[in-house]
Amino acid sequence: MELNKIICPENRVYKKPELLNDTHMHYCPGCSHGVVHKLVAQVIEEMGMQEKAIGVSPVGCAVFAYNYIDVDWLQAAHGRAPAMATAAKRLMPDKLVFTYQGDGDLAAIGTAETIHACNRAENITIIFINNAIYGMTGGQMAPTTLLGQKTATCPYGRRVDLNGYPLAIAPLLAQLDGTCYVTRQSVHNVANVRKTKAAIRKAFENSMKGIGTSVVEVVSTCNTGWKLSPEKANEWMVENMFAKYPLGDLKNREE
Amino acid sequence: MKGNEALAVAAIRYGADAYFGYPITPQSEVLETLEALKPWETTGMVVLQAESEVAAVNMVYAGAACGKTVLTSTSSPGFSLMQEGMSYMAASEVPALMINVMRGGPGLGTIHPSQADYFQACKGGGHGDYHAIVLAPSSVQEMVDFVALGWDLAFKYRCVSMILADGVVGQMMEKVVLPEQRPRRTEEEIRKLCPWAVTGRKDMRPRNVITSLELDDDIMEANNHRFQATYREIEKNETRCELINTEDCDYLIVAFGSPARISMKAMEMAREQGYKVGLARPITLWPFPVNQIREAAKNVKGILCVELATGQMIEDVKLAIECSKPVEHFGRLGGNVPAPDEILNALHEKFLDK
Repeated sequence: MELNKIICPENRVYKKPELLNDTHMHYCPGCSHGVVHKLVAQVIEEMGMQEKAIGVSPVGCAVFAYNYIDVDWLQAAHGRAPAMATAAKRLMPDKLVFTYQGDGDLAAIGTAETIHACNRAENITIIFINNAIYGMTGGQMAPTTLLGQKTATCPYGRRVDLNGYPLAIAPLLAQLDGTCYVTRQSVHNVANVRKTKAAIRKAFENSMKGIGTSVVEVVSTCNTGWKLSPEKANEWMVENMFAKYPLGDLKNREE
Repeated sequence: MKGNEALAVAAIRYGADAYFGYPITPQSEVLETLEALKPWETTGMVVLQAESEVAAVNMVYAGAACGKTVLTSTSSPGFSLMQEGMSYMAASEVPALMINVMRGGPGLGTIHPSQADYFQACKGGGHGDYHAIVLAPSSVQEMVDFVALGWDLAFKYRCVSMILADGVVGQMMEKVVLPEQRPRRTEEEIRKLCPWAVTGRKDMRPRNVITSLELDDDIMEANNHRFQATYREIEKNETRCELINTEDCDYLIVAFGSPARISMKAMEMAREQGYKVGLARPITLWPFPVNQIREAAKNVKGILCVELATGQMIEDVKLAIECSKPVEHFGRLGGNVPAPDEILNALHEKFLDK
């Protein structure tokens, strides 16, 4: 069979979402951001929310999310994305407003904004990439860095007496009356990618139903920051990260 | 009405879309008045008490980036926390209205009136090269009028406007004339007036992104040149200054806000004693009314700057006249406000009796 007969629209099993731009991504090979970006774009497209989606990008590796997902974007100061999303959604309740934040942005400098947006039951979705490290600034310790994990600012491994404990913020957010859906997912294999996509879809639908704040944590790899190959990074994540940050729904309130 | 209450009502009547704030003395009446009036039931205006000034200013940033008519109010320590947002809004060229009802500092300081945030407001309190338009009311009526002026200028130039009031103006009661209620802008009107705004990609128009980030040095340099060009335009068109008895004066008092009101009385007392004293009251602190001050000071023997600070505006007065005349400072600090005779005594001590 000739190749050009095989490559035809009828045989297509997969295509890149139209909302994902052709711009070259700055993410490292092996990074989880690209996959999550694709899922966000797919879900917006499948929900037909292209004209109504507004993203809020963080400070960190995902700061340039606005270059890749072709919807309107606000770019927040470090940690302030939930405050910005609060205002955007309250001023335009018919829009789909979501933040896309890393662990430093959400669980360190932006802890107050995160907790209070969730506690006010803002009808927004928070997508939280937890890779236990500061990627953009070159691999420093994050609030979610595991005990013993080596980073640029805990080069001998994180120690309780020096650095305190890793912060599992999702259970804390799940306790708040304002959240309706808090889930922890990953994108290291096909099965989990599909689950993450379903979680993002559910969160976005919750936001449009107006039943409170939805938080989708994606336990992710930063193979560059971890100084591992992409494959080894996935293995390290399964062995170490999932012990501290187990996958699954922490809260799922339907109304 | 109280200055703070009048300002809150003026914001509703302008057709504001949202207020985001955090309580702090001496301006908490702004938020209290808005919550009591429940404008969300009448005009649809959003009113939200944020978890901090940091969150409030970033809510304002987002609202402004969406082309909405938004404001916040605070007092000095809270205004320090808002400098991050000020800088981002200036860099993103979004129109917003900020109110600082100043109290004495530094630190937690005092809850009583001050003007010690002049440098912070006029010279750019956040990082980077930027300016906000700074309006200085000296009456409750101006607390009302400058809401409309501030927003009009902010939308005209895509910049941040500030009302820099002292605690006296926020707390004192005077008669005011309130403007008629204006309707809030519709989404269609916003799309037309602010085609840059983040409103969702209706009809799949190209995406709008509001960001202050630009890693290409040449583009960032060009951005800075564009900001500066706007500031030069504002300086050219928008300086405002009230001049009283300056045609024939031998001595000039320069003061803004409530000290200008007190200085007016001191000026009258000096005139009764036979001294020709005039008053210049800058209404815009940035852009500073350089030409008006220079003109008023042309034939004077000396200038007295009266501030509730150790002498901040005095630097701009000296620059305006290029240090061609003696310029002296008189001020009270720590929340104290001078009486007219104190200002008159300062005039005598520094100029009239020499």
